[in-house]
Amino acid sequence: MTLPVPSRSLSALVALSACLLAACGDKADNAAPATPDAGATSAAMVIRLGHVAPLTGPQAHLGKDNENGARLAVDDLNAEHFMIGGVAAKFELLGEDDQADPRQATTVAQKLADSRVNAVIGHLNSGTTIPASRIYHDAGIVQVSPSATNPQYTRQGYKSAFRVFADDVQQGSVLGAFATGKLGVKRIAIIDDRTAYGQGLADEFEKAAKAAGATVVTREYTTDKATDFAAILTKVKSTSPDLLFYGGMDTQAGPMARQLKTLGVTVPMLFGDGACTVEFHKLAGDGAEGHYCSLPGVPLEKMAGGTAFRDRYKAKFNADIQLYAPYAYDAVRVVAEAMRKAGSTDAVKFLPELSAINYPGLTAEIAFDEKGDIRNAAVTLYQAKSGAWSPLETMGGQAAK
Amino acid sequence: MNGLSAKPGARAGMLLVGLALAVLPLLVGATIGNSWVRILDFALLYVMLALGLNIVVGFAGLLDLGYIAFYAVGAYLYAIISSPHLATAFPAVFAAAPGWPVWLILPLGALLAGSFGVLLGAPTLKLRGDYLAIVTLGFGEIIRIFLNNLNAPLNITNGPQGINNIAPAQVAGLSLGRPVELFGLQLPSVTLHYYFFLALTLLVIFVCVRLQDSRLGRAWVAIREDEVAARACGINTRNVKLLAFGLGATFGGVAGGLFAGFQGFVSPESFGLLESVMVLCMVVLGGMGHIPGVILGAVLLSLLPEVLRWGAAPLQQLLFGKVLIDPESLRLLLFGVALVLVMRFRPAGLWPSALRRRELDAHEAAPGDAA
Amino acid sequence: MDIFIQQIINGLVLGSIYALVALGYTMVYGILGLINFAHGEVVMIGALTALTAIGLLVPAGLPGPVVVLGGLLIAIPVCMAVGFAIERIAYRPLRNAPRLAPLITAIGVSIVLQQLAMMGWGRNYHTFPPLLPATPHQLFGAAITDLQMLIVVVAAVLMAALVWLVTRTRLGRAMRATAENPAVARLMGVDVDRVISFTFVLGSALAAVAGVMVAANYSIAHYAMGFMLGLKAFTAAVLGGIGNLGGAMLGGLLLGIIESLGAGYIGDLTGGFLGSNYQDVFAFFVLILVLVFRPSGLMGEKVAERA
Repeated sequence: MTLPVPSRSLSALVALSACLLAACGDKADNAAPATPDAGATSAAMVIRLGHVAPLTGPQAHLGKDNENGARLAVDDLNAEHFMIGGVAAKFELLGEDDQADPRQATTVAQKLADSRVNAVIGHLNSGTTIPASRIYHDAGIVQVSPSATNPQYTRQGYKSAFRVFADDVQQGSVLGAFATGKLGVKRIAIIDDRTAYGQGLADEFEKAAKAAGATVVTREYTTDKATDFAAILTKVKSTSPDLLFYGGMDTQAGPMARQLKTLGVTVPMLFGDGACTVEFHKLAGDGAEGHYCSLPGVPLEKMAGGTAFRDRYKAKFNADIQLYAPYAYDAVRVVAEAMRKAGSTDAVKFLPELSAINYPGLTAEIAFDEKGDIRNAAVTLYQAKSGAWSPLETMGGQAAK
Repeated sequence: MNGLSAKPGARAGMLLVGLALAVLPLLVGATIGNSWVRILDFALLYVMLALGLNIVVGFAGLLDLGYIAFYAVGAYLYAIISSPHLATAFPAVFAAAPGWPVWLILPLGALLAGSFGVLLGAPTLKLRGDYLAIVTLGFGEIIRIFLNNLNAPLNITNGPQGINNIAPAQVAGLSLGRPVELFGLQLPSVTLHYYFFLALTLLVIFVCVRLQDSRLGRAWVAIREDEVAARACGINTRNVKLLAFGLGATFGGVAGGLFAGFQGFVSPESFGLLESVMVLCMVVLGGMGHIPGVILGAVLLSLLPEVLRWGAAPLQQLLFGKVLIDPESLRLLLFGVALVLVMRFRPAGLWPSALRRRELDAHEAAPGDAA
Repeated sequence: MDIFIQQIINGLVLGSIYALVALGYTMVYGILGLINFAHGEVVMIGALTALTAIGLLVPAGLPGPVVVLGGLLIAIPVCMAVGFAIERIAYRPLRNAPRLAPLITAIGVSIVLQQLAMMGWGRNYHTFPPLLPATPHQLFGAAITDLQMLIVVVAAVLMAALVWLVTRTRLGRAMRATAENPAVARLMGVDVDRVISFTFVLGSALAAVAGVMVAANYSIAHYAMGFMLGLKAFTAAVLGGIGNLGGAMLGGLLLGIIESLGAGYIGDLTGGFLGSNYQDVFAFFVLILVLVFRPSGLMGEKVAERA
């Protein structure tokens, strides 16, 4: 790992930009006092974490959710008087917006690299996480993505890149095994939304299902902005499949399930994490019943502090968890834990600790493999029953043993 | 160069501007940070794009809402040639990335984008203003959709996953991806890219100025002002229009190649309709058909959202003592307001050409419904 | 065969919505020659306003259709006010500006409305409560719901009313006169400013209806929903011949059917080489083809090279 030499005249200006940034970080957070005095307090060690996700645009609701999860973790750490190397640590979160745009992602990444944050939580999308990871790596900053699922992200040879989420290969193969094993289906129709996430997951699912002997009767496509699926669902209907897999987000999956019912088709649907949300049931209405979805990790209810997390989130942000907030929470906690173990906030020192960590998170027992992916990622399958996802079984990972 | 140094003292002025441009990244990098150098790099790319679109929209008066497609074509060409993608997708044909030198890829990208420009121009010659707008918009979307889906049956673009690990440009044996030590001064990758982009931007500006003063440039303006009259004067309007599309597209192709090498990653989401709209805004806001105006528009619009990103929260803190509105929401809101206000008070753009301003004044002075 | 009929019905429902939004584009374009990019955002505001109103009305315990009607009756005046304000504040000062200036303004207005909606209604998706019956009926072996039938009927009735208004009333004549030549219309005693304001207000009212229909049919509303819908509707208006009311309807319905058939049969047509991922390519390709042979759209009048 190479750490670039900071310019000599920089320190004063770093302090200045830190002031500006501190003000940014405190936005919309009525709890935190607005005292932009980074470096002035000598008693507490200030640890600044960057967080990047789209906060404007069509995915803004997910981006804000991630940021809220990370913010809750930071507030918890501060409330616990978390100690690093015998000194009380004060965590700060710098929330940034990349608009899900790769170009803005690199600009924001450079901004965080300039202000020498101690670690970055993010980004949300694979398309932004990958180009940004090059900048974080070059600047020697540890990056933990709570939600990017493209396998490429951790296969670039960057030691600084981690994720606390199952990638497409891990989740796709579990989904394939579930469809052909437990559900025992033979004829499968697949739809994806042509995003990096939806296409990646659908491809991996198709591979796994085909390997297990199932036939893919049709492969159809939509977009992540579509609302009308009648045409492709009619096509799907004409191929009479046993199962319809959709790779994409709840905002399409919900209306799709509803329209499937309207068309009078009774095929069960299977989704990945993107549709495994509370929102799905609202969007699908009475079309939700009986469909399946998967979510990496273990159900929140089964983890220590899981339900408490849900309640505290609701109380603090007056909103339900959208999707990845618990993973963003874990990402922050796991970084903090590595810092505590190393007794240092220096990436060179805490990176080995992070690689070797074994931390009981909200979503899973978190440990990383040599690439930086979550080791033995457990994936839980759920079925929609009377307006909620009820857990069926957890496959893979430690939970299976 | 007589087109550039017509006035006395212009040479000294240009020297000053040149010096300022040369020192700018060092100053910016040392004071407010490398992220601003990166923002400047993108601003230069946008200057190139805006100047290219200006040929189509500003000079020839053809409204183009799909210009970003040419940027995409250039970017993907660079990405496919300079990344391990081909070797992964077609191991039987390619043992490794072709890795051609940048001086070969960029002209190739320009050529390819130019051919796409002609391809777009050919069926649209008969169309008037807004019909042309929707067809070009459709063309832009068609290109993006193909890039997004050409991972099967042959994996050419790697689809939505994008192409990663693109090698940075090599200039004179020097990789722009790694920092360089020069006279005890550390030049980071973003600064190296700045100089590279600046050189090419200056070249693009030079070509634009020469084009404007050429026979072809006058033919474009003639078509813009009155196509029938232009044809009556013996201008081959078909060829001249096609040349506008083709030449405008080449700049987009070059800028795209630079973008791919700089980012190291390309994916279809960088080339959406909103980017086309953004570049069009730069051209119109700056002053259509007027090169300095277009440059100003491009620089302003690429810097403005970033300035708002940094400034929105502290400014509110200063004014109201607390942050009332999410900086992210405010950023785009103010951007939209800025577009409306500029057009309200300077409808010909911030810096229109003298000729255009005269026309407009004459128009406003005419009796009519000046509301 | 029933699959084919189903695809045609799918296309008709989708096309009715496109047509209704396209009318707003085409009316403004016919009179001002301006692409009102912000029209899609007015649709979005209509949907979200209605949704908020419905949320307040539901606890009153009224029957579903009455609640939806109540929401609609609140959304329409709100959208009318928004349309009026947009024209007054943003477009009117630019009447004599260069041709592209109002386009940039329209883009600016679109961004502003979207951001304001995001602040007001938040970033999350809103769901439309199931107030209208959505049980499918069988029609020639294809399924269609009451709501979908209602959408097609409402769209048809509104379009017919609009045509009547434009061709048979005094106000309609003033609109046509203004579209023909504003300066001459003014000389003939037409209050051009009022006619233009009225056009915006009327287009916005239609947008409100379209917004509620979209939200009800897809049970979803979101602050960024207007953009794509607006784009499709604009494409439909151009396909039919922008500035022409009949053209907007025809274009909307055609685009809906083209998209449906494209998604359903593109794979069979190309021997499996292309799939439904090229649905939009197919739609744009048809558009380009139409415009190559009929440069002013299907029903557009043949105009001189210079307008």
